[in-house]
Amino acid sequence: MAGAALLGRLTWLATEVVDAVQETPRVRTLVLETRGWAGHRAGQHVDVRLTAEDGYQAERSYSIASAPGRPLAITVEELEDGEVSPYLVGEVRAGDRFEIRGPIGGYFVWDGTGDAPVLLVAGGSGVVPLMSMIRQRAAIGSRTPTRLLYSSRSWDDVVYRAELGQPAEGLEVFHTLTRSQPPDWTGYSRRIDDEMLGEVAWPASEEPQVFICGSTRFVDAAADGLVAMGYPPQSIRTERFGATG
Amino acid sequence: MTVGDMKLDGNAIGGLLIEIFGADLTAATGICASCGAQGEVATLDVYVHAPGVVGRCRSCEAVMLKIVRTGPRTWLDLSGTRTLQIG
Amino acid sequence: MSIISRGFRGRGHEGPPDRVPPGQYLTDDFPVLSAGPTPHAPLDDWTFTITGGAEPVSWTWDEFRELPSEEITKDIHCVTKWSKLDTVWAGVSVDTLLETVEHDASFVMAFCDGGYTTNLPLEDVTDGKAWVAYTYEGEPLDPEHGGPARLLVPHLYFWKSAKWVRRLDLRDEDEPGFWESNGYHLRGDPWLEQRYWGD
Repeated sequence: MAGAALLGRLTWLATEVVDAVQETPRVRTLVLETRGWAGHRAGQHVDVRLTAEDGYQAERSYSIASAPGRPLAITVEELEDGEVSPYLVGEVRAGDRFEIRGPIGGYFVWDGTGDAPVLLVAGGSGVVPLMSMIRQRAAIGSRTPTRLLYSSRSWDDVVYRAELGQPAEGLEVFHTLTRSQPPDWTGYSRRIDDEMLGEVAWPASEEPQVFICGSTRFVDAAADGLVAMGYPPQSIRTERFGATG
Repeated sequence: MTVGDMKLDGNAIGGLLIEIFGADLTAATGICASCGAQGEVATLDVYVHAPGVVGRCRSCEAVMLKIVRTGPRTWLDLSGTRTLQIG
Repeated sequence: MSIISRGFRGRGHEGPPDRVPPGQYLTDDFPVLSAGPTPHAPLDDWTFTITGGAEPVSWTWDEFRELPSEEITKDIHCVTKWSKLDTVWAGVSVDTLLETVEHDASFVMAFCDGGYTTNLPLEDVTDGKAWVAYTYEGEPLDPEHGGPARLLVPHLYFWKSAKWVRRLDLRDEDEPGFWESNGYHLRGDPWLEQRYWGD
């Protein structure tokens, strides 16, 4: 069995969409059934490969949204001018098949445990791998103090909105909506800046661990802000999403 | 996508590195042959919108790895990485 | 055999075979490819130099802009498989630049801000085949597309059209540049599909 699992990590596996959940107008979660899937750690991703009838192939990486042990699910944001994401978000239906490779990633992973507090910072679809971590943390009944700071354009763009509205014990969720806010909004309404980080992030003296995911500019700005607060750079793990769809 | 967002990190080539090395290298650490800075492969500045993949030292921008693939052939230049510590 | 995904199609389209080399597809946009951060050389400090001849020859930006220039309309072909037809540039012919230098070189190596290099046979940059271009579609060349000036060698794969070019070194021997030393073909003729070593 171990041999088969190792091969599974090296090769493309056929996968079938068993369910599709529309999270927001442009974001969809695909639940996948994959023979030979060896499981994953929260924070990892898969590479997806699509092959057209004329043999043309395209590959993209998508973070795993599901907690380890739950049915494998990826969440995809449809990007304007994208080549793969409009297909996965707009066209794919249950029964469709493509190929995946993975799970991939040994750095941007968290198993949900630890005494030190954890700060998760998400920019847009950067929330996906962090959600896998949040779900893992809940599944194991972890007590690790955790905060999610999640930046979205508007309330309609917030992924996993309902689930994040009922956070497990010890998890606090902070939203910032950068383009438009609902009429009764009392949360943050601007891009993440040093002042916001100062209010939401744990003091550096508590030696928190940080995971930041989003576009390169988002990630670099948030990381710089935390380093300026005294966070050691090694305590911050980042994953930059490429905005090609 | 702005040009600034085209720079990714070593996480983006995790699958490619598994294919080449047979192991996940994103948590492996490399020492830059140019400036001596040490960091995980996941923290390289990685450019994938190119004829090949280029990974650069986050401290000094020197090229630490270059990968070109076509079909069964792969060319790998690690001359910019003095040492890679795996595990 | 890979799984075919129902309803998935690539975006590129085929074009007239006499204009689109083998293995290429047409694109309407102008993809930006980059192997590193975009350099931003202030024009006050910018120079273009030819070395390897009897004496080095160098121009400042203002001097370079005073050289005779021409408008060029050419098809371009990237080794990553996209081709774009009838792209319009303006710049100085490499023939014009080489007129100022005494040499008997057979090859050139282009050096660029940011460290990129590419090598070419001299005969691929002479006789009206190559330029140092500084406008695209009538506008100053964007930094992400190689501005202030890039090498333009449209009859070869576009990795030879080195962005942010600053120097041409004339040589007797052919030495591989940035991509040529790591799998890409020394010459790169798209009509012969010279993409990789051994092609």
